[in-house]
Amino acid sequence: MRVIMSTPKNKSHNPAVLTVTHITKSYELGDQTLEILKDISLTIRQGELVAIVGPSGSGKSTLMHIMGLLDSQTTGKVELAGHDASSLTEVEAAGLRNKYIGFIFQQFNLLSRTSALENVLLPTIYNGDVTGKAAYATKLLTDLGLGERLGNYPNQLSGGQQQRVAIARALINDPAVIFADEPTGNLDSKSGHEVVEILKKLNADGRTIVIVTHDLELAKMAHRTINIFDGQVVSDLLAQAGTNK
Amino acid sequence: MKTSTLAKSAFLSISRNKTRSFLTMLGVVIGVLSVILLTSIGNGLTVFVEKQFEDLGSNLLIVTPGEIVNSEGGFDQQGAALSFATSKLTISDGEALERAGYPITMAVPLTGSNGEARTSVGKRTGMVVGTTPGYSLVRNTKAAKGRFLNESDLAGNRKVVVIGSKIADKLFPTSNPVGQLITLNKLRFEVIGVAEAKAAGSFGGPDIDSFMYVPISTAKIALGVDKVMEIMVQSATKEALPRTRSLIESTLVKRMDAEDFSITDQSEILKTIQTILGVLTTGLTGIAAISLVVGGIGIMNIMLVAVSERTKEIGLRKALGATPNNILIQFLIESAVISTVGGLIGILLGILGSLAITSFFPATPKMSSILLAFAVSLGTGIVFGVYPAKKAAALSPIEALRYE
Repeated sequence: MRVIMSTPKNKSHNPAVLTVTHITKSYELGDQTLEILKDISLTIRQGELVAIVGPSGSGKSTLMHIMGLLDSQTTGKVELAGHDASSLTEVEAAGLRNKYIGFIFQQFNLLSRTSALENVLLPTIYNGDVTGKAAYATKLLTDLGLGERLGNYPNQLSGGQQQRVAIARALINDPAVIFADEPTGNLDSKSGHEVVEILKKLNADGRTIVIVTHDLELAKMAHRTINIFDGQVVSDLLAQAGTNK
Repeated sequence: MKTSTLAKSAFLSISRNKTRSFLTMLGVVIGVLSVILLTSIGNGLTVFVEKQFEDLGSNLLIVTPGEIVNSEGGFDQQGAALSFATSKLTISDGEALERAGYPITMAVPLTGSNGEARTSVGKRTGMVVGTTPGYSLVRNTKAAKGRFLNESDLAGNRKVVVIGSKIADKLFPTSNPVGQLITLNKLRFEVIGVAEAKAAGSFGGPDIDSFMYVPISTAKIALGVDKVMEIMVQSATKEALPRTRSLIESTLVKRMDAEDFSITDQSEILKTIQTILGVLTTGLTGIAAISLVVGGIGIMNIMLVAVSERTKEIGLRKALGATPNNILIQFLIESAVISTVGGLIGILLGILGSLAITSFFPATPKMSSILLAFAVSLGTGIVFGVYPAKKAAALSPIEALRYE
């Protein structure tokens, strides 16, 4: 593993936000055991913009699900924002996801017939702060150029606009880490570029972002690229100064 | 998480599928509607019967000639018909009963025969009832115009008559009958009053509004009717009815054989009818309630469709921090709202339907059955919503998000 120290983008001394230690994930399939993840250890630090790349079936999505507390590992330890998240009940996991994690999906996953503003406020109904967050949701959407679109339904928005609503939704609870799963996968190149710029800007503002993609072009924007293959980390590289755009 | 937010999201998803939600509600609407209609009809019938008995007078024991109760304890129609023809009851039996004292307050004998009343306008047949002034009290029959029979009518064997409202309408369509003459079985009678109309008789039973009341003495002398059909005996109180009955027995047994008369207690008949109607109403309502269950299954079916249709939404909500309970409650509220709205529509239609049929059938909606129908429809939504809601709550977020 090659590590380049002391670039301006190097956050390797920042405090850890998310740590997974010796994570494995396997399924029993009849009398066979299917190993999806084989002993993965990673630390995501505050302010990092990390890309997890790998081909289909490499296990990168499963890794993201475990790091995002959507799935549980077979063995190993998960620590999120100082909480031991290795073995959680469903209710505890839901609470930690709500508070510390923001998700951006390839399919946007907005609720239809629900306004942009209400979509952004969706996570807040699960912590009982809908009214308190309405002004913040408006500000997020306005900052993302959707100030005129607050009342629009998803089907009245372009793909790029929908993804921006989804980004605002991921930010509403000020999460410790944002997971973006192929965030440009469903967008044309122009909208995709806009989304990339937004993610870079958010990172520049101090947000911790983990992008999961098989698109190596998208991965280039990251400061750190973790390559997963066959359930293992094959490389974990910090970008050299100037090589990333 | 606030319930108002959940309720809002339930209303939202119901309004998203208006046609489907309406069709789902329809099952509950029909169920609640039929429950309310049937209980209204049952209740209306009970009220109707009670009213009719009330019109017949309260605390009454009725003495009829002969045995009208057969060996099985039922009403012996043949025996009864025979008894009237060979009645041994007389006017003086009535007087003897009245003299017997407490708890008998009044004994009113009745004779009856068919008669034809004529005026220059037309003719009309009806029952000519020979009785005493006490009839007005024991049968709650008042004169709407003029007066009822009095003691001097009786003592003087006067040819006076109090006519029923239908007779009055037919024979005196434009003028006041009081003081005018009618021909009753070829004899001239003076109309002294018109009895107030009674609804009873419109729904089976005797046509009371076509009765013509004459003094019992006049009936005997002028019309030749001396067979007493019945003697109505009024008891001082409801509680004294058993004592009244034994007093009647002991009085009459001295005057005739025990099998020459029967005593009927109206309140017992009423009680029996009430029991029959109650069982009937409960049974019919039970059948109607089956349609509520069918409606509930409709809700469950549609909610299962909704859960699989919205698998992705459920996955998203879970990813964003919804607990299984949040999802469960969201779907439960949805099915409860569908069934409650359906129930409210059913109640409204049930009340309107009851009002619509009251003109030809006694139907009175009962508050208790309305509340019950509402509670049952709400319960239906919750009970039949549990399975789909649990299914939704148990979905794994990743599986649900992947679902296409």
